[in-house]
Amino acid sequence: MSVNLTLLIVMGALYACGIYLILERSLTRVLLGLMLLANATNLLILATGGYAGLAPLFSKDTAAQDYNDPLPQALILTSIVISFAVTAFMLGIIYRTWLLARQDEIQDDMEDRRVAATPSFDAEDDAEVPAETSEFPLATVTTGGREMPAEHAAAEEKPGSLNVDPNPEGGGK
Amino acid sequence: MTIASLAPLAVVLPILGAALTFLLIRHSRAQRAVSITLLSLTLALECLLLASAWNGGTAAVTLGGWLPPFGIVMVVDQFSSLMLVVSSAVSLAVLVYATGQGMADGDEDAPVSIFHPTYLILVAGVSNAFLSGDLFNLYVGFEILLTASYVLMTLGGTGPRIRAGVTYVVVSVVSSVLFLIAIAMVYGATGTVNMADLALKLGELDQGTKTLLHVMLLVAFGIKAAVFPLSFWLPDSYPTAPAPVTAVFAGLLTKVGVYAMVRTETLLFPGDTLNTPLMVAALLTMLVGILGALAQSDIKRLLSFTLVSHIGYMVFGLAMSSAVGLAAAVFYVAHHITIQTSLFLVTGLIERRGGSSSVDRLGGLAKLSPMLALLFFIPGMNLAGIPPFSGFLGKVGLLQAGVELGTPLAYALVIGGVVTSLLTLLAIARVWNRAFWRRPTDAEHPDPVLLATPAGRVSGPGAKVNNTVTLLPRTMVGSTAGLVVLGVALTVFAGPLFSLSDRAARDMLDRAPYIQAVLGDATPVPGSAAGATAGGGNR
Repeated sequence: MSVNLTLLIVMGALYACGIYLILERSLTRVLLGLMLLANATNLLILATGGYAGLAPLFSKDTAAQDYNDPLPQALILTSIVISFAVTAFMLGIIYRTWLLARQDEIQDDMEDRRVAATPSFDAEDDAEVPAETSEFPLATVTTGGREMPAEHAAAEEKPGSLNVDPNPEGGGK
Repeated sequence: MTIASLAPLAVVLPILGAALTFLLIRHSRAQRAVSITLLSLTLALECLLLASAWNGGTAAVTLGGWLPPFGIVMVVDQFSSLMLVVSSAVSLAVLVYATGQGMADGDEDAPVSIFHPTYLILVAGVSNAFLSGDLFNLYVGFEILLTASYVLMTLGGTGPRIRAGVTYVVVSVVSSVLFLIAIAMVYGATGTVNMADLALKLGELDQGTKTLLHVMLLVAFGIKAAVFPLSFWLPDSYPTAPAPVTAVFAGLLTKVGVYAMVRTETLLFPGDTLNTPLMVAALLTMLVGILGALAQSDIKRLLSFTLVSHIGYMVFGLAMSSAVGLAAAVFYVAHHITIQTSLFLVTGLIERRGGSSSVDRLGGLAKLSPMLALLFFIPGMNLAGIPPFSGFLGKVGLLQAGVELGTPLAYALVIGGVVTSLLTLLAIARVWNRAFWRRPTDAEHPDPVLLATPAGRVSGPGAKVNNTVTLLPRTMVGSTAGLVVLGVALTVFAGPLFSLSDRAARDMLDRAPYIQAVLGDATPVPGSAAGATAGGGNR
């Protein structure tokens, strides 16, 4: 089975460019990368069909091995349709991102950032136990801002309660 | 054979429904009626398929009259029909839930009316993937369900959904491209994409090519199934979607990936070549997933991480490659689809009732709505694997398979499985304690604003009853309750279900029923007798 070297080189170049592009943060480039990857894959499928032969239209005189393998082309057709749909959808999403955020970039997940910014998780720290046992530091937090005496108490307790995070869940809102 | 030849209807009916609901896009009442009717019909049909697979064994349907090695086949065996029934039951419940939500919110305007057709196409894609006996048709099934899921994920087009949708779409497309490359290479190596034919021809390839193809397929499916090093997209993207959509994604989409992995391992590449990496991946999936869940305070995100973690159990059972392990994995998939979906549905209800899905803000829900508490408690305990429930039975099956295999890595998996189960219990118990048991006032320290709303409602005695009705519509609670009952039924009927999954596992390991159903009874299956014995674990 001979292979078409030009097609293979083009395929490799498409894969390389595609992978480079999907690693970008700009959505348009990611989309271009995905399109290149899809087309490179189509070439790969074409290459699996072997050498180019006659169109697979049956005639009695042609020997079986003279035909081109039709199956990869059917597969390519399907995959082109699918990547077309996905590309159209991605364009819609990119447009929507532009409308919403006025930028063509992948956005960070805020909740993820928040969890990542939380200091190391501690089950003890996270449980309700401190709320019941230690009076002063948490009294500062729960009653702070409600009553004047509590605020005084909070102001007094401040130096001693530095070890207690004002947001015990790490949830800075 | 006659019933099994109705199998394509499992794909055709939802697609027909999608077309009809698309035509009826301005008549939401008719849309609801059509989609629920057609999905119920599909479910009934799939129950028939399950019965025929149970009685008559594996059957294949050739599409378009092209004979198997060339044309597309659909294969109904015990595993695929069980998956079909469970997935359709779950998607029907979610559909009812979603229509309930739409009716309660009065959302009858444009963006939501696209929900029904898209949802039905998703179901069709899932059915197609489960039934497909052809690698490329499996890819098409994946693409149908993925494209529908892109639309559902970004439903409404709000900022967070678009952001999550971008991640989801890009990751899915990359995994699809990998799958397509794998298909191209498989075709290049063997000249066929029919799975039964591949099962015979892949065995004749040399080891290097085989391993390459095997790894490529597993990576492609691993991304879809969210197996550990490839799982990070899932908790990032799932929680932002609307509650019913997250529920159906969590229940079905990853399981389609698991299903494809099971087929790859048992049918295409039998033997033990990649079992060790799979076991390591399973262990890491379980542990990393559940540790991620412990760090979360948002229930949806927490559940997404438990979803990843419990995918590890299924891979665990698969990697044992024994009849016991595979049977337990099949059972676990069926159990987990139901339980995970019902938990996400309950979370949607919690969000409606409590105004938030963050445990930092919730509190006192058990008193506010005992029904909700019950609906959360049962699947929650089931997920954690508390003894009477099906989660426990599935895990025991897996641990049994692990002990039976007896290698150090298998024991590590057994220990990892137990630890994961306990940590799941911890994660669920934390949600329970905070959202349901503590007084609402105790929850106020991070953000009192959201909790002030339900507290204000409680203080007004007259308004309380009315509010409860609108906050928790009967259809939503009813469909969730139905799914929870289904989860309990899996426990009650665990005996028959386990014997079904046991038979499915034996048939899959034997390979002969599948291959002979597709290619004809006379086809010699080289590994058949060896497959049954070398698989080991005939208990």
